[in-house]
Amino acid sequence: MSALLPLAQLEIRSRRGGTCESEDGFCPDWIADNLDRYVSPLLEHVVLTVASVGIGFAIAFALALLAHRREWVSAPVGALTSVLFTIPSVAAFLLLVPLTGLGVLTAIIALVAYTQVFLFRNIVNGLSNVAEETKDAARGMGLTDRQVLWRVELPLAVPEILAGVRIATVTTVNLATLAFFAGAGGLGAQIYTDITFRSNVVVAGGLAILLAAAFDLMVLGGQRLATPWRRATAA
Amino acid sequence: MAARDGGVTDLATGGPFAANAFVEAIQFLVAPRESVTGGVQVGGVDEMLTLTANHLLLSFAALAIACVVALPLGLWLGHIGKGEFLAISASNVGRAVPTLALIAFFIAFVGIGFLNVLVALTLLAIPPLLTNTYVGVRGVDRDAVDAARGMGMSEPQIVRRVELPMSVRSVFGGLQLSAISVVATAILGPLASVETLGTPIVSVNVYGQPGLLGASILVAALAILIYVLLAVAQRGLTPRGLKAGRSDAPGILRRIPFLQRQGSAQPT
Repeated sequence: MSALLPLAQLEIRSRRGGTCESEDGFCPDWIADNLDRYVSPLLEHVVLTVASVGIGFAIAFALALLAHRREWVSAPVGALTSVLFTIPSVAAFLLLVPLTGLGVLTAIIALVAYTQVFLFRNIVNGLSNVAEETKDAARGMGLTDRQVLWRVELPLAVPEILAGVRIATVTTVNLATLAFFAGAGGLGAQIYTDITFRSNVVVAGGLAILLAAAFDLMVLGGQRLATPWRRATAA
Repeated sequence: MAARDGGVTDLATGGPFAANAFVEAIQFLVAPRESVTGGVQVGGVDEMLTLTANHLLLSFAALAIACVVALPLGLWLGHIGKGEFLAISASNVGRAVPTLALIAFFIAFVGIGFLNVLVALTLLAIPPLLTNTYVGVRGVDRDAVDAARGMGMSEPQIVRRVELPMSVRSVFGGLQLSAISVVATAILGPLASVETLGTPIVSVNVYGQPGLLGASILVAALAILIYVLLAVAQRGLTPRGLKAGRSDAPGILRRIPFLQRQGSAQPT
């Protein structure tokens, strides 16, 4: 029966008893000795985030291109992504478990759904914010609709698209700390197993924040590489 | 209880078990049953209403305090056009701090109980409100503000009668974001000994799988309901002239007649 209960999956690890540890303190020595137990939760967290944002981007990109071509798609899809985002993540993870089972897949399904609100909206906005004159000029040069999309509209939309990716990534790192409710581990599982132990909370929570910051900087760096023309004007 | 003895295979394959699980979850919400550990009655309308009330009380209190802190600050910073870095990075930082880590930090370092959870949730609710209020006010057409000033409005009057009404959409966007994350994070309240709809989830060994799913259904419905109510309130409070499709009839600007011609005060 315990297999059905996500929280029962978490193994409460015992700590060795120095005074600092037994008083739930912040113990640099304990942290230094036990850093290795945070490696695999961190990796699980990275996998959850990268997979969710990657799959989420593919879906949002396809939907946004569809909405770009067929205007009426935009409003209902946008509304749907907002409503999905409204569902508390703990509830979403738990409600999916009877349907898709405990595990990483379930967590990723929910996390992908949460990325849509940022990715879909930003891709759609990025594409529609391209100036009509620019597109006219491109058509005047003889570019087909497809060429206008891939060579003019999408490159010009890159900053707004990547702004969406940044928000989606940071939010996913945040929400993935609750993915253990779907039995998918991650840094949240580590926090939860020993939530009163200060050393544990600081290390696991701190790693989650650092991970979010690292992903944010990576996407920002990618944005600078992808839009060299912006650097020229900004500098 | 047959479903629960069905074990992992049923769960992994979905199938009849899935439907069964949700039926049991609904039953849990309406009729009390004996707890898994035995001896006490859990679930049923009465207990769920109590937990919902606690959940709402905690969430509304956090949102109210956040509004009292963030709205004046955001309006003021937006009005004087300073503190952009603070107002914008508040939500970037807020987004990067996992809600579970925030709650855990309070439990480990500050303590458990209603007040501590309330403070944690308030901290969570402030950044989106602050950022959206600031952005909303900055997005107000400067011509409208200059016109109001030209009419002799004092600075507080400008904030209250021009900038605030014209940034309602953005402020409510922030309020919706804050409400979503507060209602979602209140689920973790029981970790700090605060009874909420998260109780059957965190204490699943007492409430059982139906309790966990039932509470999940309830809290999801509650979150969506609050989101919709805030959207309706936003529509009600948006000055008529600023509503979509009516951009040439700026209701708030009716007091500033010569601005009606412009009609381009749509905040984003």
